Amino acid sequence: MNSRVTAETISALYQQESRRVLATLIRLLGDFELAEEALQEAFACALQQWPVDGLPEQPRAWLVSTGRFKAIDKIRQQQSQRKYQQQWLFEQDEDIEAFQADEPNSQNWQDDELRLIFTCCHPALSTEAQIALTLREICGLTTEQIAKAFLTSPVTIAQRIVRAKNKIRDAAIPYEIPAAEQLPQRLDVVLKVIYLLFNEGYSQSSGDQLLCAELSAQAIRLGYLLLELQPDTETMGLLALLLLQESRRTARIDQQGDLILLADQNRSLWDQALIQQGVQLVERSLTGRRIGPYGLQAAIAALHAESPDATSTDWPQIVALYDLLYRFEASPVVLLNRAVAISMAQGPAVALPLLQALEQGGELSQYHLLDAALADIHQKLGLPQQARFYYQQALNKTSQQAEQRFLQKKLETLS
Amino acid sequence: MKYLCLVYSDEKLLHSLPDSPKDEECFAYAASVQNSGRMLAAEALQPIDTATTVRVRAGKTLLTDGPFAETKEQLAGFYLVEAKDLNEAIQLAAGIPAARVGSVEVRPVRQLEV
Repeated sequence: MNSRVTAETISALYQQESRRVLATLIRLLGDFELAEEALQEAFACALQQWPVDGLPEQPRAWLVSTGRFKAIDKIRQQQSQRKYQQQWLFEQDEDIEAFQADEPNSQNWQDDELRLIFTCCHPALSTEAQIALTLREICGLTTEQIAKAFLTSPVTIAQRIVRAKNKIRDAAIPYEIPAAEQLPQRLDVVLKVIYLLFNEGYSQSSGDQLLCAELSAQAIRLGYLLLELQPDTETMGLLALLLLQESRRTARIDQQGDLILLADQNRSLWDQALIQQGVQLVERSLTGRRIGPYGLQAAIAALHAESPDATSTDWPQIVALYDLLYRFEASPVVLLNRAVAISMAQGPAVALPLLQALEQGGELSQYHLLDAALADIHQKLGLPQQARFYYQQALNKTSQQAEQRFLQKKLETLS
Repeated sequence: MKYLCLVYSDEKLLHSLPDSPKDEECFAYAASVQNSGRMLAAEALQPIDTATTVRVRAGKTLLTDGPFAETKEQLAGFYLVEAKDLNEAIQLAAGIPAARVGSVEVRPVRQLEV
């Protein structure tokens, strides 16, 4: 045993291990709330005992077993309540051998993190609840931090989390890794949560910039964790996409907080280290079997990241990738992006009828980016009057302040 | 755990859509759940025209003609199943043929605390 343990050592250990310990405690105790209390109690004990007794050989195992016994004590104290749970725990007690066989670092313990991820992102929970739970339970953010990031009150977030945990308990959402035939579908839900989490931190231009950056960083961290636990091409693709978008974080907003379009960004501000990681992952994901929408979007982002400016970008290749993407996601937004790429590859006159078809289709009638694209094309074709009309339309359809300022500026340069 | 799977659908369309299940198919599915040992009860219901809503207020029994609430989709039947967890219950619910044209609400049964 090591005899020099300080509060800092324990605090660092908390950062490193608390989520893993929690994940295992949830499995052993069968209850989120109980597991969280047990986790706090275990660390409180560690703070008392470790500086005196020294660091245990396997701190994680020590924390799990301390937490578990604290929880059992607690349940014994509140005997009348939670009858079924108590019974369940004591049944486990009789099976002490099985618990001892459940050794730290065994596959079972490794899998606990994945169990936690799949449970927090269970499709029977609302997307909002999935995101809040993920941030709270997997990333370890406080309710206050989550509320601040989503510009809402801590009470709202706390209620959302409590409701989700109650549903997990009362409807018996299992704490397990989905069976093989369910896995791709369930993995997609997790990927979507990670993507939304990232975007929440990336696309907000108002709000706490530091906290937003933290959300995106958490999403990237989760992506890495998921990739490590459950290697998958689409996870790789998503992670690459996040890294490539993140590489442009500082370049996409000017000092006034206004948006700068990809074509106008100062590319020397792009983070080359992130681009390199992203591009490597794209290359690996493209050789995988489960190529999907995230991998394709990442491949598009990589082509942007690797070109010195907008005009020398490989636009025909980007158009081809959008064609592929449309096979996975037959959405008008993909067609819109494809049309914009075609205007770069073959000129605005070729793209105009494609955009007009989308306008007539009506599915994007409330989507300001279609109007903005139409405005841009008309401007390039030397038709300022139509361009003004569409910029005005776009302006009427967005409530995001940074976008409004951007469109306003475009309108001013036209008049 | 016990789960009640409530099958809702638009009564007027339930039997007339291209995907609408025939009675034989519904019966066959119920039989398969029965054989798996997870069935506690299942029935199809008569249309809402036959429904009567009962309330007791101040000791008096009040009756209204029709269902409790007018909704776009109506309760058409139910399954009461025994499942290991929500995933298994969802799997059972997804197999109910009427899920193709309507919706199935899956609700865990609450143990009364007595």
